[in-house]
Amino acid sequence: MKLEMKDTPGQLVAALKPISAVGGNILAVIHQRDALSTAETLDVQIVLELPEGRLERLLELLREQNVGVVRIGEERLLEKRSFILIGHLMHTDLGDTVDRIDRTGFAEVTEMSLVMPAINAPSSARITIRSINIDDMKSALTILQNVAAEKDLLVIEPLEEM
Amino acid sequence: MRIALLGFGSVGQGIARALREKDLGISITGIADSRSGLIAPGGIDIDAALAQKRELGYCGDPSVRPMDVALLAEYDALVEVTPTDVITGEPALTHIRAALGRGRHVVTSNKGPIALAYDDLIAEAESRHVSLRYEATVCGAIPIIHALQEGLAGNRVKRLSGVLNGTCNYILTRMSDEGLTYEQALMEARELGYAEADPTYDVKGIDAAIKLVILANTILHMDKALDDVQITGIDLLTPDALRLAEEQEMTIRLIGEIIPDEDILRVSPRIIGKAHPLVVEGTLNAVTVDTDMAGEITFIGKGAGSVETASAIIGDLLFIRDRYVTGT
Ligand SMILES: NC(=O)c1ccc[n+]([C@@H]2O[C@H](COP(=O)([O-])OP(=O)(O)OC[C@H]3O[C@@H](n4cnc5c(N)ncnc54)[C@H](OP(=O)(O)O)[C@@H]3O)[C@@H](O)[C@H]2O)c1
Repeated sequence: MKLEMKDTPGQLVAALKPISAVGGNILAVIHQRDALSTAETLDVQIVLELPEGRLERLLELLREQNVGVVRIGEERLLEKRSFILIGHLMHTDLGDTVDRIDRTGFAEVTEMSLVMPAINAPSSARITIRSINIDDMKSALTILQNVAAEKDLLVIEPLEEM
Repeated sequence: MRIALLGFGSVGQGIARALREKDLGISITGIADSRSGLIAPGGIDIDAALAQKRELGYCGDPSVRPMDVALLAEYDALVEVTPTDVITGEPALTHIRAALGRGRHVVTSNKGPIALAYDDLIAEAESRHVSLRYEATVCGAIPIIHALQEGLAGNRVKRLSGVLNGTCNYILTRMSDEGLTYEQALMEARELGYAEADPTYDVKGIDAAIKLVILANTILHMDKALDDVQITGIDLLTPDALRLAEEQEMTIRLIGEIIPDEDILRVSPRIIGKAHPLVVEGTLNAVTVDTDMAGEITFIGKGAGSVETASAIIGDLLFIRDRYVTGT
């Protein structure tokens, strides 16, 4: 979600407190002075995890603190791409391949479909990676490509950004 | 306009037939294949040459060499349609240099010399005030070079992506439609004459990469060689991979891509939406150019074939005739 607030001391704290009060987990705080917005305001983007059903209460608390919420993105991992892997996926520890993405903290493998081939033939899998933003997706893809090179796997990328 | 034709195979004969059937004001004053040559200042009898090629296997006089035709025949433009060699560019490079050295225009379908030595050749052509055109080297009948050089002149190309190899596209179409394995689809492509006995250049993505190099160097002012292209072929693809793509309304196609700002040239199988304009069937080719003024434009058409490639060659010849050649 993206919060916009006055650039005055204490405002950020005012915004962050209610998040922990409702049991949310803050993943990233990004502030940026927006050239288009008025001089005193500072754009703050807070990326957070929230337990189910707590969003209403959080917004209420934020209103009480006079923090304006500009936009709420429902999902943390807004970017989503599917890739197809071909090779000896099991012999080369598919779990580890997935783990190397998950371990980054900014991207994770959210879906996987594996087709088991005939014995000794290369297998094929489709994995879906989600990440916080495009740059993180690019980093995740670089990791995937490196792992693939190491394990002699073929990675098929999407042509279009989905 | 008079032309000399070096190479009398599929493309060379396609040109000869088209010129015989259509009254375009182009006569052939010299021809050659690998074993013979023929020079006839008054114009070659095309039917007789085609018949002799069919019966004897060579089209002219075995004592006349191809270089004799390039150096001695009277022509306005040399049409170079001998086999492509991407390592040396020969024999085409020598043929083309001979024609330019005589101040003659050159039109070619041969990727070798254009990918390897375009800068040299175009400098030589310009110094002699003649034209060097190569529409047929990329995407057969699709006038992509012409479109980029003339129709879209003044645009900046932000990205170019396309299906540049009909053999690969045929194989992938069949794997996708019929669930064939790569080997089965390749065998079928061979039987239908879409794949060569040695399909390495096509299926490993090298042919598509050469076409990217040609577009990058001749249109996009880049300075690239085959080694600069990241290349992945289609020979490791599985029917399972295509099925996995299909589950999401996607398929897999071999895509050549240039992103000039990021200095990227790559050929690789890509997951692509089934409704995407680059998803064409069978041996068709397709190219999308994304430009700053015109936006996105996609061209779809036949990427190879005797008469289809002749179309591109003849387009180049008439372009030259209208601008340079007078009195014929
Ligand atoms: N076919 C297509 O659809 C297509 C499309 C785009 C571009 N191209 C390019 O166009 C060119 C011609 O293709 P193609 O399909 O017509 O090939 P092809 O059928 O193999 O014909 C090649 C011709 O060149 C002749 N030749 C070989 N070495 C020669 C030499 N040293 N001097 C003179 N002639 C020589 C051959 O002679 P013999 O007859 O004695 O063997 C043959 O007549 C290639 O560079 C190809 O990459 C082809």
